[in-house]
Amino acid sequence: MSERPLEFRVLSPTAILGYGFPESSFERGMEADPHCIAVDAGSTDPGPTYLGSGKPFTDRTGVKRDLRYMLKAGIARKIPVIIGTAGGSGAAPHVAWCREIIEEIAREEDLHFRMAIIHSDVDRGVVLRELNAGRITPLPFVPELTPESLAQTSHIVAQIGMEPYFKALDTGADVILAGRSYDPAVFAALPVKLGFDEGLAIHMGKILECAAIAADPGSGADCVLGILRGDHFVLRALSPERRFTRLSTVAHSLYEKSNPTELPGPGGKLDLRGTTFTEHDNGEVTVRGSRHVPSDGYFVKLEGARRVGSRTVCIAGSRDPIFIAKVDSILEAVHARVDMILERENLAGSMHIHVYGKNGVMGRLEPETTVTSHELGLVIEAIAPTQAAANTLCSITRSTLLHYGYPGRISTAGNLAFPFSPSDIPAGDVYEFSLYHLMPLADPSDFPITVQEV
Amino acid sequence: MRRPITELARVIRSKNSGPFELTLDILFREEANYETIRDTRQVTPELIAGIYGVPLEDILSVVYFDPAMAVKATFRRPIPSGVPGDSDIYGAQQHAPLLRLEFDV
Repeated sequence: MSERPLEFRVLSPTAILGYGFPESSFERGMEADPHCIAVDAGSTDPGPTYLGSGKPFTDRTGVKRDLRYMLKAGIARKIPVIIGTAGGSGAAPHVAWCREIIEEIAREEDLHFRMAIIHSDVDRGVVLRELNAGRITPLPFVPELTPESLAQTSHIVAQIGMEPYFKALDTGADVILAGRSYDPAVFAALPVKLGFDEGLAIHMGKILECAAIAADPGSGADCVLGILRGDHFVLRALSPERRFTRLSTVAHSLYEKSNPTELPGPGGKLDLRGTTFTEHDNGEVTVRGSRHVPSDGYFVKLEGARRVGSRTVCIAGSRDPIFIAKVDSILEAVHARVDMILERENLAGSMHIHVYGKNGVMGRLEPETTVTSHELGLVIEAIAPTQAAANTLCSITRSTLLHYGYPGRISTAGNLAFPFSPSDIPAGDVYEFSLYHLMPLADPSDFPITVQEV
Repeated sequence: MRRPITELARVIRSKNSGPFELTLDILFREEANYETIRDTRQVTPELIAGIYGVPLEDILSVVYFDPAMAVKATFRRPIPSGVPGDSDIYGAQQHAPLLRLEFDV
């Protein structure tokens, strides 16, 4: 497709590839004759571990199931299938994981197509050069990047904009598989390339990337259709049990972002101050007036995580009213005793006990100071340089707490109830976000693209 | 008249806005009540800092959003998402202190 159609229809099957969708909704979407099928496959929401470790956070069976529908329908209709932020975090191992699933489906279904793969990994040397030149800027509340934390960062990705997608579309690809991407770019790239308004296309992408979450009732596992025209776009739910309402759509503008009217992205920001939302009786909503304002210089957000250690957890409970009344002083004493053992035995690590029934959910943000529950749930979290060391630290903490003779104790057989044996669960590597910074790009399309005939 | 937030709002929620921020949304039911609360600035950075016990400089913004009859407050996570000691990776269960608020409408 190279000529601009009167309207451009995008089918968004699900909020995150692998979350699933009803077959009937997908078929209803295909009956609307979409110009492309696009899906966002990732997020930073599940935490830093997935990007850091290179592991997907979505389930392989679910991803393969969703992709099978999308690839079969897209190839049969000769419309592009576009997948952004492959594997949940969009670094090289995530893209390779998703590519293997696509190739497997192609073999099983005897599908043949051209696939363009966009790699959004960024070379560490490039980031270091920019850092030394003073051109790496942290987002609010993000610690400054140092050469040390950069060296410890396992995978570095850029949240790419539409420009690499333009290049991938130029290869004549039937399927585009991309690394970390600005979510709306996945949906907006093709219509913008055909000449549709950037502000409207990106705003539509911003809503479509969450699929039916912005509908009423909301769902992350159902399909929606976006219809982009000259000066507006229309949102249509594809299940009879859902509709878009003015309120469901505007409420979504608030979701997961700090400012609802100015949404920054690669190369500019989306300005929704003049946007209007019109609700129709047929369950559709029309959106007008969204503008894209290019920024002075093109910046992308870099993401990266570094390993901080290994974790072992132990789940336990207390039903003793004397223990519960004194829980703060007991845990303080146990902390001190464990610290003493660590020092004496020359062991590294840190320990934290989550107290459910007190402040397990809100931690230091919890305003409630009195405990009213008759039982408490405790989760011991031990973090140390190696898994073996974390196991040791968890074991020391558990046994110290189990047998700690606090003042006034009358239940002398043991302070904890364990639901499981073994009580301690090795939980693997722990990561933290070390990169969440902006970096300028001279050429926003300059990301490697490989093309393969499947 | 002073009324509890649970009567005035249809949605009260918290969520990450990226791994380093928490964002709170209050979506009101009725336009008149929303406008009163907005015009008399009853949700402020000082209010949010007070009920969450965080320093005022950690409040990034408090924004009123007319199309959704909503006010949104964003502040620094005491512990970034996933850092050891964090208790809510998605930040989706940090809204409860808002439930005790009352507004003059």
